[in-house]
Amino acid sequence: MSIMKRMSLIFRAKANKALDRAEDPRETLDYSYQRQLELLSNVRRGVADVATSRKRIELQLAQLEQQGAKLQGQAEKSLQMDREDLAREALTRKSALSGQIEDLRTQHAQLQAEEEKLTNAQKRLQAKVESFRTRKETIKATYTAAEAQTRINEAMSGIGEEMGDVGMAIQRAEDKTATMQARAGAIDELIASGALDDASSVNAGDDISRELEAMSSKSDVETELMRLKGLSAPAAPDAIEPGAGEGEQR
Amino acid sequence: MILRILGEGQYDVADHAIDRLNDLDGAVEAAVEAGDEAAFTAALAALLDGVRTVGVPHDLDSLDESDLILPPSDASIEDVRHLLAGDGLIPG
Repeated sequence: MSIMKRMSLIFRAKANKALDRAEDPRETLDYSYQRQLELLSNVRRGVADVATSRKRIELQLAQLEQQGAKLQGQAEKSLQMDREDLAREALTRKSALSGQIEDLRTQHAQLQAEEEKLTNAQKRLQAKVESFRTRKETIKATYTAAEAQTRINEAMSGIGEEMGDVGMAIQRAEDKTATMQARAGAIDELIASGALDDASSVNAGDDISRELEAMSSKSDVETELMRLKGLSAPAAPDAIEPGAGEGEQR
Repeated sequence: MILRILGEGQYDVADHAIDRLNDLDGAVEAAVEAGDEAAFTAALAALLDGVRTVGVPHDLDSLDESDLILPPSDASIEDVRHLLAGDGLIPG
């Protein structure tokens, strides 16, 4: 029973040490209840913080996935234009993105697990705080200060253990979130720097896009030229085509 | 008996099931002493699964103290040492 037993002893000792002691033991109940409410709002804040981090990662994932799809499209277009070099470049970038996306998915799963743990911790603490409040009122109404001590000790040690547990859960979640926020910040910077080629900066574009655009506008010109040449050969339809187009618009 | 898995909550475990859990607990302790992280992870998972299997969740709104407290499921050896070092049972 070694690990379990030792841990129980230490945990209990700490929980007891943390108890406030007042002259009138019944006041101890009120002090403790205040601390329970504080802890409850801490754990609620913890849940919200983890959720915020999770949403941030979801946003980044969406951005990176969008960028991956764009690179995929560029690779296909490049191949259609017989530019295997460009296609290769686009796919290389896409594979670098895939690593980032995998990493973010792992982080996302961890944050989700953490969020669930904290939400459950909040539920457990909430239930115990409610019963503590009832017990506290009963003790204060029923017992004299001298009689109350044993009952108070019982109520306090039970909730003290839960508070210690929840306090630790909040701490663990904060530590994990802090690490992930640092990494999320790094990815935001990477996106902002254009190194991952932020897909939202439509005007700026990237070199692959520019080259594809240049190529397609060049081929558009060729197509147009061919069309004009083809059209100008026979004499009559020259004026008819634009006229027909206008006619459809009316 | 009431057992608490830190970060998870309390379970009621029948007394006759405790022996089996003691064996699993022994494996966890051996792994901590050997500093064998892989063995520790497996042993802790087995111990906690054992508690979840033989135990039933204790009333959420009870103010009962646990008889035994177990490390959280994602704990490392370092975490356990840290938890136990609370009053210096394990040096370092």
